[in-house]
Amino acid sequence: MTGERVRIALVLPDLLGTYGDRGNAIVLGQRLRWRGIGSELVTVLSSDDAVPEDCDLYLIGGGEDVAQVAAVRFLRRGGGLTRAVQRGVPVLGICGGLQVLGTTFVTGDGQRHEGLGLVDAATEPGRGRAIGEVTTQATLGGIGVLTGFENHLGRTVLGPGSHALGRVMRGTGNGHAEAEGAVSGHVVCTYLHGPVLARNPKLADLLLEWALGEPLEPLPDPPELTALRTERTRVHVRNRK
Amino acid sequence: MTDTTRETDGPSVDQTPAQREAPEQRTGQHRPPDQRRSTGQRWEVVPAPTRPPAERQRRLDLRSALAVNTGRMAASLSQRLGLGSGGMIGGRLALTLQPSLLERLATGRRVVMVTGTNGKTTTTQMVAEALRAQAPAVSNATGANMLDGHVAALMTKLDAPFAALEVDELHLAQVTERFEPAAILLLNLSRDQLDRVGEVRTVAASLRRALARAPGAQVVANRDDPNIVFAASGHPNVTWVSGGVRWRDDALNCPRCGAFIGDVDRDWRCQCGLARPAADWEVTDTGVLDAAGTHHELALALPGHVNRVNATFALAAALHLGGEEAPALARIRRISQAAGRYDTVRIGGRKVRLLLAKNPASWLEMLDLVSGNDEPLVLVVNSREADGYDVSWLWDVDFEMLRGRPVQVAGDRALDLAVRLRYAQVPATVASTVEVALGGTDGRVPDVIANYTAFRDVLARSRR
Ligand SMILES: [Zn+2]
Repeated sequence: MTGERVRIALVLPDLLGTYGDRGNAIVLGQRLRWRGIGSELVTVLSSDDAVPEDCDLYLIGGGEDVAQVAAVRFLRRGGGLTRAVQRGVPVLGICGGLQVLGTTFVTGDGQRHEGLGLVDAATEPGRGRAIGEVTTQATLGGIGVLTGFENHLGRTVLGPGSHALGRVMRGTGNGHAEAEGAVSGHVVCTYLHGPVLARNPKLADLLLEWALGEPLEPLPDPPELTALRTERTRVHVRNRK
Repeated sequence: MTDTTRETDGPSVDQTPAQREAPEQRTGQHRPPDQRRSTGQRWEVVPAPTRPPAERQRRLDLRSALAVNTGRMAASLSQRLGLGSGGMIGGRLALTLQPSLLERLATGRRVVMVTGTNGKTTTTQMVAEALRAQAPAVSNATGANMLDGHVAALMTKLDAPFAALEVDELHLAQVTERFEPAAILLLNLSRDQLDRVGEVRTVAASLRRALARAPGAQVVANRDDPNIVFAASGHPNVTWVSGGVRWRDDALNCPRCGAFIGDVDRDWRCQCGLARPAADWEVTDTGVLDAAGTHHELALALPGHVNRVNATFALAAALHLGGEEAPALARIRRISQAAGRYDTVRIGGRKVRLLLAKNPASWLEMLDLVSGNDEPLVLVVNSREADGYDVSWLWDVDFEMLRGRPVQVAGDRALDLAVRLRYAQVPATVASTVEVALGGTDGRVPDVIANYTAFRDVLARSRR
């Protein structure tokens, strides 16, 4: 962390920000503010030169095929993101972000593209779109149940360099071995929208602790958030497709 | 459809008998633009009809006539059985019996098609009203905006020389395959139920193809929306309306080549040549400026900047179809609701104003509209099929605009909304129903902003 303020990078919202992904940045900034810690939102657009490497946390959302391909090209430029990851800076990749940060992904036209390789995960199109509520049991300590909404065609296979973020209790997730998401060091990827950090405050705080390099004071969940998590993880909430 | 009876009532405009009489038809008669646009007067004398209203007796072939009669019977039966307005089912049946019925019913009429993500229903009603200053006009006022809805509307009055038809963005191409409208209005494009409809770019490309098949139509298009500029830019007859855009996140990159555009509020020009066109009409805080710089007061009954933009589109269309500004505007001004939008109604004994917001762009418009007052506010969000099941878009909307203002929330997704508002520092109270939420407000007339199915349900339970 540099100076007094946590620098949160919202990476390429113009290309990868289709599903309320900006919300994850709002959640992180506000959870720091509630603890009296300042933050700065650094928006990185495709018109910029490259991703700055001096941020404390990076957020990468999802988008369509063309945007994903353009995003990979941009993210590779200058190597800033890769160097930040090597320093242990946390990165959250959502949906298309997961595919872009992985080793390879295949777009709808059958083309295979190299990802950034920051998580060991390869994605190919599945037979149908996975759309609906997802519940998983997180593999990271202390996080518990994760809840979100998925909407993706890709099916992702994890390699030995990564492990799943959660085990699927409901929904599709990666579509292989009951796994959802991919984690490698402080790079966390998931198909969960919602946005994922709004629905799962413990995951938000874990990323912030990694960014700060120190434990945070716990915040009590507001009652509507507790109720929302209960509502969304209830088994009988229908998963309409 | 299980809509309320109100939606079948037609426009809520008080018409004097004189206005109901159609004056001489002026179709095709275009006055020079300076005359057309420079009048400061609100009223002008409408000449008495020199001949009966130009309503031709429509001669349909036997099969079409049969289809129309059967469709009408089905519609009236469905209405009597309380199955809704019946328009859709009648149109669908008639179209099945005569697949070319739409083009047959449109032939010889001057049809205005209205499309875009937001404002279709209200603008269509404005266009219909403005045209009625000249001659009878039919319209799909219930919002049934695909081909069967168009057939249903055109069937209602075979001899009406005008039609104002709202059309779903992805269905305009099917319309221009069948006939060439007199005018096409392109309001705006933004993300809307992404898990169902598809990308904004796909819609823009579809509109562009639709316009290519209607080279003789007059296009009225929003020059501040890059996706609309892309859709309309190849067309030979475009009138550009400048209404500004509040929602920019779908217009950061060039719709043609993908290059970064950035701030769309200025005169941008992309490397590929696509550029913001000069405005023929520019909407202001009270009215609209024409190309010559003359200001026209709009003084609408409907609230907000968004409706001044809609009214400008309607006015431009009416003028292109030979209308006079003053009588057209007089009728647009009196519209006070469109299929319940902006209507003041009673719910559970409380008087409320109903506002529809169905996607991030229209939420921004409605939040802007209510930020001008401090009336009690109730927000209702559902996530049914017609709304889209994913409510992540709540985080794309700048609810921070309401910071510090107490809000009541209801609907299927009240909890998601409450969490969003918590992070926006807006104090929110979750209620189990809209009626309960209203109980939590003070005695003034609250604004109720609801998304699509939530709005429909509230409207169905309301009384005027
Ligand atoms: Zn371009």
